[in-house]
Amino acid sequence: MTPDTATGQGALRVDGRTLRTLSIATVLAMGLSLSLVFFYAPIELEEGLLQKIFYLHVPLAIVSLCGFVLGGIMAIAHLRTRDRRWDLRAYVTIHMSLIFGVGVLLTGSIWARGSWGHWWVWSEPTLVSFLIVMLLYATYQPLRFAIEDPERQARYASVFAIVAGAFVPLNFLAVRLSTSYLHPRVLGSASNLPPSMRLTFAVSLASIALLFATLCCYELSAKRTRMLLRARSRILGFQ
Amino acid sequence: MTIPSATALPANTGDGYVAAAYIVFFLILLIYVAIMALRLGHVQRDLRDLQARTQEQDERQDPAREREPA
Repeated sequence: MTPDTATGQGALRVDGRTLRTLSIATVLAMGLSLSLVFFYAPIELEEGLLQKIFYLHVPLAIVSLCGFVLGGIMAIAHLRTRDRRWDLRAYVTIHMSLIFGVGVLLTGSIWARGSWGHWWVWSEPTLVSFLIVMLLYATYQPLRFAIEDPERQARYASVFAIVAGAFVPLNFLAVRLSTSYLHPRVLGSASNLPPSMRLTFAVSLASIALLFATLCCYELSAKRTRMLLRARSRILGFQ
Repeated sequence: MTIPSATALPANTGDGYVAAAYIVFFLILLIYVAIMALRLGHVQRDLRDLQARTQEQDERQDPAREREPA
């Protein structure tokens, strides 16, 4: 048995060319996105330059929430196939979504301060619901690493990822059905954006999604290398 | 409802907040990349360690064997 099959990480290999291509595409997309935001998209009448945060904050939020749901789907794949690679993919996706989620909270707070004069508004369901999602997922890693047996760890983490992943769209739906509309409705009103703003938003969303995918690939690649190294040490009797 | 755009800036431009938001985002990215680089450094160190120990073991098992060029 090779170390690859021993650790079950064989198919997690992300070759250097894919990583390089993804990285270049991400840098180009981010550059294009920033150029469109600051040099092409018109300045909004009411908020002025402040509205430029929209092109960062909203894509980050969408990608982060989609990442949580994707983590749940990968966890389903893990429970169905008992293949540990799906568990690792779910873990990396949720981990990255949490990092992007921190970005959402920070950029959102800055936007709220500039726009509403407050860093945080507790009566606003969109803000509070996102915080609840973040706090929920903040317990994912402690739960995972509190269990020593790798099989049980993967199984419990998958169950958590599925339940929490199902909570995300329900939470989103509940917020949209709520009555407070202080926070701008982005997805419903996206079709009302002028074409230049819509294009800029689409490019920003694509660049943030690309960044997410690239960082996930890097993280998976790094994890695979560490596991491989550990497996080789074990085989050689150094551990 | 359509979102209006302006050719002239409104009185409160909020450019400081915009700069802060983008700086925070790139700072998070930078911290993440720095952590990744640190972890990569550990992996490289472990790899070097493993290589040295393997070589040491090989030499102990067969001292007459010539050392392979690195």
